[in-house]
Amino acid sequence: MISHPTAAELSEAIAAFEAEPVIPGDARQAFLARVTDNARAVLAREAEHSARLEAEAAQRLARLVGEPGDYAALNTKLCQALQNGAIDPLAPALLTHLRATAIGQIAIDQPTYGGLAALLDG
Amino acid sequence: MDVAAALHRLAARLSSNATGAVNARRLSGGASLETWAFDLDDGTPLILRRRPEGAAMRKTALPLASEAALIRAADAAGAPAPSVVHVCAPEDGLGEAYVMRRLEGETLGRRIVRDEAFTAVRSGLARRCGEVLARIHAAPIEGLPDLATSDARGELARYEAIYRQMDARRPILEAVFRWLEAIAPPPPEQLVLVHGDFRNGNLMIHPEGGLVGVLDWELAHLGDPAEDLGWICVNSWRFGEWKKPVGGFGDYAELLAGYGGGISLDRVRFWQALGSLKWGVMCLMMHQSFATGQDRSIERAMIGRRTSETEIDLVKLMETA
Repeated sequence: MISHPTAAELSEAIAAFEAEPVIPGDARQAFLARVTDNARAVLAREAEHSARLEAEAAQRLARLVGEPGDYAALNTKLCQALQNGAIDPLAPALLTHLRATAIGQIAIDQPTYGGLAALLDG
Repeated sequence: MDVAAALHRLAARLSSNATGAVNARRLSGGASLETWAFDLDDGTPLILRRRPEGAAMRKTALPLASEAALIRAADAAGAPAPSVVHVCAPEDGLGEAYVMRRLEGETLGRRIVRDEAFTAVRSGLARRCGEVLARIHAAPIEGLPDLATSDARGELARYEAIYRQMDARRPILEAVFRWLEAIAPPPPEQLVLVHGDFRNGNLMIHPEGGLVGVLDWELAHLGDPAEDLGWICVNSWRFGEWKKPVGGFGDYAELLAGYGGGISLDRVRFWQALGSLKWGVMCLMMHQSFATGQDRSIERAMIGRRTSETEIDLVKLMETA
């Protein structure tokens, strides 16, 4: 469901970093080690939540687009409908879906991000 | 390239009392530009900015001589900026580079919004940012180096074209492209010098002196003054202090009061939303450099997962539109 990067790309990048020889005291490598820890945490959250989030998103999308289908196909349809102006970008039903989508993905990517509290506040 | 040795040879030309350079150390790990701190042996603290040999220049980035000329122009317009001491010539042996004074202060946004040391200056900082932007935008355009020109519609189209190349299916970004296209303001009556990256993180803040230097001029261009006011309000640079829209330290009203009028809050909020959208597309672009194998570092892969921070901010902005 989540791309740019996919979970597979993240796993690959983690493995590549782990395969590098350790350079003691290297600031750049210490920074990348923290990024790698962060990537592992993202993958753990994604493994826990993504199947449920995808199923929920597919249900919302089917209602919004008005036809059945799997998540990827319906999401592509929605993107096309937005691109060609068939759906108003501020339509309440659309915003309900986009809000749930944003909350679901930030819970995986960056659960402490301030934008989540800001959205839930309004 | 031995940067320290080249700086040592250059020292006498940087200050009449100096005979050498000491303590040369590389500060940033940026791939496109290097920043070095060093001191002259007469005690003068300096910074060297240089482009490493063979580094590809970003399409939108300025030559360093132009960056130095802009810092001088900002200084002349009364904006806080480090004094440019020397623009390097080929015989200096440092490549494309310039030397400026090293300012004392903090640039880490997280510290600026939270640390006790900055409590005193934080309360006036949003107003001060407005005042400083007004000075930058009042700098005479004549005599500036060659700069790109942009406006709201042009920027939207440029970033949508980049997004379309990436085969990403992001309904939030799709909706925002159409929303902003519908409400984009016309180009300003007068184009001004826009800093282009005026945000918490590129501002040197001193615990007593407040904003003492506006840094990182490489994205400067001619455009809409509201662009700079909107960019500093993007939530990605509030460092968790999301209730304070200006850099995580102040309110819109303070920023606009400092600016002195002429720009509406709606126009600032438009550019803030476009700023979040641009940062979201940039995060996707940086992931792209991982996906295509151009830069296989995990940093490049992971930054793609910051796109969702801009998406959640954009949903909030659409809900309150």
